[in-house]
Amino acid sequence: MEKNDSVLLSIQDLNFKFTLRGQVLHAIRGISLDVYKGESLAIVGESGSGKSVLVKTLMGLNDQNGYIESGKILYNGQDLATFTTDKQWQAIRGREIAMVLQDPMTSLNPLKTIGWQIKEALELHQNLHGAAADAAVCELLAEVGIPDPQRRAKQYPHEFSGGMRQRVVIAIAMACRPKILICDEPTTALDVTIQAQILGLIKQMQKKYDLTTIYITHDLGVVANVADRIAVMYAGDIVEVGSCAEVFYDPRHPYTWALLSSLPQLGVKGEPLYSIEGTPPNLFHEVRGDAFAPRNPQALKIDFVKRPPMFAVSPTHSARTWLLDPRAPKVEPPEHIRVLREKGRALKLTGEGTANA
Amino acid sequence: MPDTRKKLLELDHVRVQFGKKRRPFVAVKDVSFDIYQGETFGLVGESGSGKTTIGRAIIRANPVAAGEIRFDGRRISGKLSAQEDRQVTRDIQMIFQDPMSSLNERAKVGYIVAEGLYAPGHHLTEDQRREKVAKALSDVGLLPEFASRFPHEFSGGQRQRIGIARALIMEPRFIVADEPISALDMSIRAQVLNLLSALQKERGLTYLFIAHDLSVVRFICDRIAVIHKGDIVELAESEQLFAHPLHPYTRALLSAIPQPDPIAERSKKLLVYDPACHDYTQDKPVWCEIEPGHFVLGNQKELDGYRESLAKAH
Ligand SMILES: Nc1ncnc2c1ncn2[C@@H]1O[C@H](COP(=O)(O)OP(=O)(O)OP(=O)(O)O)[C@@H](O)[C@H]1O
Ligand SMILES: Nc1ncnc2c1ncn2[C@@H]1O[C@H](COP(=O)(O)OP(=O)(O)OP(=O)(O)O)[C@@H](O)[C@H]1O
Ligand SMILES: [Mg+2]
Ligand SMILES: [Mg+2]
Repeated sequence: MEKNDSVLLSIQDLNFKFTLRGQVLHAIRGISLDVYKGESLAIVGESGSGKSVLVKTLMGLNDQNGYIESGKILYNGQDLATFTTDKQWQAIRGREIAMVLQDPMTSLNPLKTIGWQIKEALELHQNLHGAAADAAVCELLAEVGIPDPQRRAKQYPHEFSGGMRQRVVIAIAMACRPKILICDEPTTALDVTIQAQILGLIKQMQKKYDLTTIYITHDLGVVANVADRIAVMYAGDIVEVGSCAEVFYDPRHPYTWALLSSLPQLGVKGEPLYSIEGTPPNLFHEVRGDAFAPRNPQALKIDFVKRPPMFAVSPTHSARTWLLDPRAPKVEPPEHIRVLREKGRALKLTGEGTANA
Repeated sequence: MPDTRKKLLELDHVRVQFGKKRRPFVAVKDVSFDIYQGETFGLVGESGSGKTTIGRAIIRANPVAAGEIRFDGRRISGKLSAQEDRQVTRDIQMIFQDPMSSLNERAKVGYIVAEGLYAPGHHLTEDQRREKVAKALSDVGLLPEFASRFPHEFSGGQRQRIGIARALIMEPRFIVADEPISALDMSIRAQVLNLLSALQKERGLTYLFIAHDLSVVRFICDRIAVIHKGDIVELAESEQLFAHPLHPYTRALLSAIPQPDPIAERSKKLLVYDPACHDYTQDKPVWCEIEPGHFVLGNQKELDGYRESLAKAH
């Protein structure tokens, strides 16, 4: 883990809304999050909780009907939340912050050769032209593990397999030499052998170019593999954040408990898997109290009334749940979580007072 | 033992190809397997190995170049009468893989989910239809009021569930579920898997379940087939496959399964599959039942090795 303590990007009390036929959807509800230089941060959480919307605000890529209502996004002495024009964003997109999406086909132009598309990025961002650009294209393709780059550069996206296309998208992203690489479900569409290769490739790029990476994924196995830190989202909010070991072996928010208890690995064949009852809140209505309370069988009275603040568990670990209030009654986590906690303590990864992982 | 069960779907030496007649690209080479009534049959393998192509051949969206597909004992590949075609379309539904591009962007979710019900043969009032849509949406954990929204207003996982609701509303007998849960978080994933299992118990549904997440496949599937570049290389009952994987591609695949535990995940040993490890110049591979219910593709020399390793394991 090559994390150092300098904050590269700081999201402060961000509120993001969509207007939809006269109604307002509160997609990001007051999120604060620091991203450290060189770290690998994973964002996990409920589907529809705002993970993609959150990272898209960092690049000004949300749909037209969305807007930042309040909050700051500090990067390099600028507040990205105040950006209004495409021209302002051009200086950020690709150059400073790049994105790799789940479906590589949506990021590639089907009508242009792979070589042309990488070259375009090189011309734009590194001011390389002609033979020098051609050579750089082949170098990049080789670097992301595409054999026979000279021939491959002349081919079109449909002639590449899904895994190879994802490598090309990474090559294009790297051509811009970004500081932050955001990967929104980069390997969901790939089989596990290719997935392992792509994750290895991203890690290798991270080392080589001193990249900061933000992963969004539902695959907790991927998270376990890549993350230095984990942020857990529910209903437009970050409900827990901590080091990889802290969130896996000593989770504190009931939603994180439920998430980790739903794994198919814990299931018994023929019996239902553990799953959370009910549906996530409708973000068209303002949420009252702890957004997860209606689905939490152990919810406290106060959970329905007042939104909990972020309580610190350790200098690196905090969670937004009233359970961490000193006055709260003792609530035992589900069995699986207790097993994980013991494992973490036995290995001295987590425990009372220890913050390091 | 399996012989007493009823075969619902049979693939018999199926080949699917794309492109020009003269220089076709063969995506599915010569695939045969049977799916029994009421079971969940898993299909796993490399990206681009032909899983979706097989699924689309079953719902008659890809023509079959050779071989035959039978449903309930009747041929459903090739030319069918309008009446037969309608019946198959009703009985077999597919949940499509890509939730981002498989939904009609200009239609409201309510219409998208109900679309199949507008086909000839369904006689529903507008109210009945609306009720069914509301039920299907809540079955997959979405709010009924979402019916009046457009697909682009949803997250990836929400769109995937719209695709599932759309298949379920038809009350089919057989569902091709192509990566039905890849975009969902763990908890909704569990909810959808529970729903699929419950429907199976209630209505005797049968599934072809295609997925990259092998932990899910192991949990939900009775039997699993592993496909590599258009060839099925191994087929067995789920636990048997996980306990004694034989084909080197299967072994590589299982070794790469992500573990949701940082310590286990970061210390796992990856096996790499190199197709050049097979020498098929003289000794050609055959599809062999190496132990009851466990099939593997290999030549005589490889099969001998597999038998030996099984003998050692038992
Ligand atoms: N253009 C839009 N108009 C209205 N609402 C939108 C729009 N785009 C997204 N939303 C809503 O914003 C919320 C957050 O969506 P987002 O795509 O960030 O979810 P997510 O956490 O990435 O989910 P998933 O894991 O399913 O991809 C959802 O409720 C979604 O319906
Ligand atoms: N309509 C088409 N025209 C030409 N080639 C096609 C077509 N559809 C699929 N193919 C090719 O057939 C092969 C098998 O594709 P298929 O989509 O079945 O793979 P898959 O196993 O579903 O992969 P994934 O896991 O990535 O979804 C691929 O090489 C693909 O490029
Ligand atoms: Mg998303
Ligand atoms: Mg597919």
